[in-house]
Amino acid sequence: MARVLLRVPTMTEKGSVIEIRALIQHVMETGYRPNAQGELQPRDIIWTFTCRYGGEVVFNATLSPAIAANPFIAFTTIATQSGPVSFTWEGDNGFAQTETRHITVT
Amino acid sequence: MKRIALALFACCSIASADERRSGLLDMRPEAQAMQRDDSMNPGMLWVLDGEALWGRKPTPAAQSCADCHGDAAASMRGVAARYPAFDQASGSAIDLAGRIIQCREAHQAGPPLARESKELLALSSFVAHQSRGLPIAPPEDTGMRAVRALGQRIYNTRMGQLDLSCAQCHDDHAGRRLAGSSIPQAHPTGYPIYRLEWQGVGSLQRRLRGCMVGVRAEPFAYGSSEFIAIEAYLMERARGMALETPAIRP
Amino acid sequence: MTISRRVLLAAPGALLLPAPTRADQQKLAAALRDFTGGQPMREGRVRLDVSPLVENGNAVPISVMVETPMTAADHVRRIGVFNERNPQPIVITAQFGPRSGRAFLATHIRLATSQALVAVAEMNDGSFWSQRVEVIVTLAACIEG
Ligand code: HEC
Ligand code: HEC
Repeated sequence: MARVLLRVPTMTEKGSVIEIRALIQHVMETGYRPNAQGELQPRDIIWTFTCRYGGEVVFNATLSPAIAANPFIAFTTIATQSGPVSFTWEGDNGFAQTETRHITVT
Repeated sequence: MKRIALALFACCSIASADERRSGLLDMRPEAQAMQRDDSMNPGMLWVLDGEALWGRKPTPAAQSCADCHGDAAASMRGVAARYPAFDQASGSAIDLAGRIIQCREAHQAGPPLARESKELLALSSFVAHQSRGLPIAPPEDTGMRAVRALGQRIYNTRMGQLDLSCAQCHDDHAGRRLAGSSIPQAHPTGYPIYRLEWQGVGSLQRRLRGCMVGVRAEPFAYGSSEFIAIEAYLMERARGMALETPAIRP
Repeated sequence: MTISRRVLLAAPGALLLPAPTRADQQKLAAALRDFTGGQPMREGRVRLDVSPLVENGNAVPISVMVETPMTAADHVRRIGVFNERNPQPIVITAQFGPRSGRAFLATHIRLATSQALVAVAEMNDGSFWSQRVEVIVTLAACIEG
């Protein structure tokens, strides 16, 4: 499992716009870099990132080799209700990881 | 050849030599912001890895770091600020990574930790992070004095095909630009660092190898007495400056 | 003392913006066409924030903000970021809706060299808005041989 650093408010007011930040450990090998033998190293990237809030997709991004190693993504969403917020990264070589946090809306 | 040397260090601001500044301040604001905000600092991923390893037994029979040292926030606070330190048992100086390697061998009997391995970098980052914001405070004992003197000698010795000493770049030309990058004062305030160039975390010794290869010199080996001596001298030079681990550097 | 020619040559050259080739421009244009489906793009509403001068192209912070209330009647559906001179013209695309609260996206990207970046937003009315920014990437000192 890749190490993940998420910044998600745990408690917030209903209707407020919250910023979420997600950082995950991943090489994001571009597929354009030669190794020591001069052969191209195969591409190994995360190509999609999805945030679900109360089960509903509220943000989705498609990544490319131009995203820096250890991808960082920030976006906003409206705090609608208390519940789970999940984050899913999927990529080459079967990479798939989901993390869940809980938001309390008052 | 003097003219070429001048051309190499041409242009741009000249920092006054008696003002110490962390390499943090030599970076552009975006890179500084990346270091200052943990939620954007990829070095924190290694710190978190180290935290997980701290609580894990390397083999079922062994004790974890936490079993002996407890809460790192208390037991490891300030430790990185006073390494390298003198190791009475071996009668020589030891760096922080070396101490962790030793703990794994002597107290955990676990698989050895290789220099620059992901595990060792994670543990070193986690331990050093417990000293973030604390002033660098090298130990005063006599054993370390000789080690630092050796480090200073190496620092002032010209080396490699370019025949340049560390001091020529980092004391005489700090603040000027060398090709694309500005020359920092070489304070070891942020190690292990997340270096953008590496796209990952590495030790001070890896950074020093880069400088040695840059002047076409044969780099010292990881964990060698020479590297530990340079490290000890750099820490003395930076005495009182705040630790930043995990720092971002270009 | 001898200094490698490479080091010397890198110094003044690094700050010049090399002209993109026709192939680069065509690749970017094709990627933009894919994103917009050939619809016209207007300048405005989109703000692409990136430092005009970058010292290391391996992790360049960027953010995109679009002027819109993000209501059901007026919101951004998609944002795309494109570049001129990486091996691939596309950087990132993302989906938005009224639940986003703001049309905001930030990430860290790679820039192989000095080049143009273009951010494009698709609104719910089907219009496309964009901003183009030129970024200079200073070469990392070739001191690591
Ligand atoms: C069985 C107990 C034990 C375990 C397990 C252990 N240590 Fe230690 N550690 C010690 C002792 C005892 C010392 C004091 C010096 C010595 O005897 O080596 C020490 C010293 C240290 C120091 C130097 C502290 C200072 O103030 O200078 C560090 C850093 C350290 N350990 C890190 C670790 C890490 C990281 C791990 C896990 C990978 C670990 N230790 C596992 C017992 C342990
Ligand atoms: C030709 C000039 C030159 C020489 C000689 C040189 N360095 Fe460096 N050093 C640099 C540059 C330039 C950087 C910054 C590189 C970058 O930002 O990518 C650097 C970075 C460093 C850093 C990192 C500082 C920080 O903020 O983390 C340290 C430490 C360092 N050098 C120590 C040394 C030591 C010790 C030696 C001698 C063994 C040495 N350097 C020799 C040019 C030099």
